Amino acid sequence: MSLQAAITSDNGIGTKGRIEVSHFGLSYDSADAQVEAVTDAGIAVEPGEFVSIIGPSGCGKSTLLNAVAGFLKPTRGTVLVDDEPVDGPSADRGMVFQQYSLFPWKTVRENVEFGLKMKGMERSRRESAARTLLGLAGLLAFENQYPERLSGGMKQRVGIVRALATGPKVLLLDEPFGALDAQTRIIMQQILTNMWQRLKISVLFVTHDIDEAIFLSDRVYCMTARPGTIKAEIKIPLPRPRQQSMMMSSEFLALRRGLMSLISEESLKAMGGEVNDDALQGLAIDTHGHKLSEII
Amino acid sequence: MKHAVLMRSVQASVPEAAEDLPAPATPETPIVVAARSSGPSSALLAARWVRKWLAQHRAEVRSYVVGAISLALFLLAWHLLTTHRVSFHVRFTNVPTPAQVFQSLARAIHDGTLSQHVVLSCRRIAIGFIIAALIAVPLGLVMGRFRFARDVIFPVSEVLRPIPAIAWVPMSIMLWPSNEESIVFITFIGSFFPILLNTLHGMASVDPVLVRASQCLGAREFSIFREVYFPASLPSIFTGLTVGMGVAWVSLIAAEMISGQFGIGYFTWEAYSLVQYPDIALGMICIGVLGLGSSAIIRGIGRIVMPWKHTT
Repeated sequence: MSLQAAITSDNGIGTKGRIEVSHFGLSYDSADAQVEAVTDAGIAVEPGEFVSIIGPSGCGKSTLLNAVAGFLKPTRGTVLVDDEPVDGPSADRGMVFQQYSLFPWKTVRENVEFGLKMKGMERSRRESAARTLLGLAGLLAFENQYPERLSGGMKQRVGIVRALATGPKVLLLDEPFGALDAQTRIIMQQILTNMWQRLKISVLFVTHDIDEAIFLSDRVYCMTARPGTIKAEIKIPLPRPRQQSMMMSSEFLALRRGLMSLISEESLKAMGGEVNDDALQGLAIDTHGHKLSEII
Repeated sequence: MKHAVLMRSVQASVPEAAEDLPAPATPETPIVVAARSSGPSSALLAARWVRKWLAQHRAEVRSYVVGAISLALFLLAWHLLTTHRVSFHVRFTNVPTPAQVFQSLARAIHDGTLSQHVVLSCRRIAIGFIIAALIAVPLGLVMGRFRFARDVIFPVSEVLRPIPAIAWVPMSIMLWPSNEESIVFITFIGSFFPILLNTLHGMASVDPVLVRASQCLGAREFSIFREVYFPASLPSIFTGLTVGMGVAWVSLIAAEMISGQFGIGYFTWEAYSLVQYPDIALGMICIGVLGLGSSAIIRGIGRIVMPWKHTT
């Protein structure tokens, strides 16, 4: 059974979701004032598209993702998935969290089965479905292990398989590889692109890693510092399937440089101010004739 | 694959390396010698097996041996203090010797009185504790989930909680028609609050990300409760049950001493009244063993209910 058949056997193929967020704003009351986390943000993910949101920490990119997931209600604007306004979390929108978030009291297979159990699928069917998925992800040998015994990379693979098991229309990932080491992260990126290419599911991916965003995505949204809004939208015209070696290509590096300058500007803002090159004149920092903002 | 092979060869070399070491001085050593004289090949295998086992379980064997020695020293100290009737402010003059206590145990087992007291105490504990668990755990879960329930119940529980179960004895005698019920009630009160508070604590420390993960997978209110909140709280619930069991025994013994007619607490107190000093120590030891046994039962149940907690 192919991955696609295993996952979409219930839903039928071709029910990929379209995400449309327009004029999205979210603010909350803190002790002394109303804090605006995100303001007037608009994004769209076409069916089957892989889109990343990137931005400095605290810019509200996770807020935006959580609104699509249905955990947060927008203060202003609309969040639509397949033209339906999002109203609370649902199995149609699978989510992968940075902290793995596997149920420690369930075995690997029971974790994968969970969504199917919630759908009311009978035990024997969901067991075999979970086994098929775990087999495709190379995790069948660990089906009866508890998550505690798995490495970070394996945990997150289970997390992705679990989110895909119910055949969601869209997959939302909130810095899923942020806690992994560099080598594992690269492997996980490869696994994710492989799965996505086979499923052609719509993906919204939040990260602060520029390389990761370029390597994975069809398009990248870059957000500003708080209050976050969309600063730029960058198309990634790299061919698919993507290889690790592409990360050294001039095309990749050009995209990287472009995104880097967009991000570092915002990161500086997020840290409380812009770097003034003149102010650094007297200091013993050799910038080799470059502007500091270009270096960082 | 290469790693696996390497690992295996390393593991295989461990028992051989252990054989070069002098055999540890433990009770197993003579058995090895005896086996060697009977049949060379099987004896060699047995010796190897024993050495391997010892090498693997060295730390455990050591702590058991140390524990046994420690207990033996305790008995010895007790024996010396009582047979020499030591008296330096603390008086051991009337304290029974271990031998006397053992005699009294043999007699009590023979005439069956002790077992009657023990069975009755255990029954009181079982009823009081189980009722407490059956009420406190669901109540704690509901209080942890629904703020309104907590707002209603928490103030009352906070006022009642600091009252020691022993202070409930007079009130309990007034409340309940029979002596038996009032003792069970005191046991119940003693174990109720630790269980309730720990269940509440478990509910409060459930990782919200797990709740969100379950919602993303289509879980609704009741499923979230059953599949996430409840299992996530189980470790705390079992902490509460263990503590509650300890307090239940404290409360039971006190209640039996004050108002009982049977039970191990009554047995101990009666021994004092009747100047049967060995029975005092016997009663105390029984209480200790029963307390140890009941908390072991709870730990055992916890291990069965929470297999994920003991996999590493």
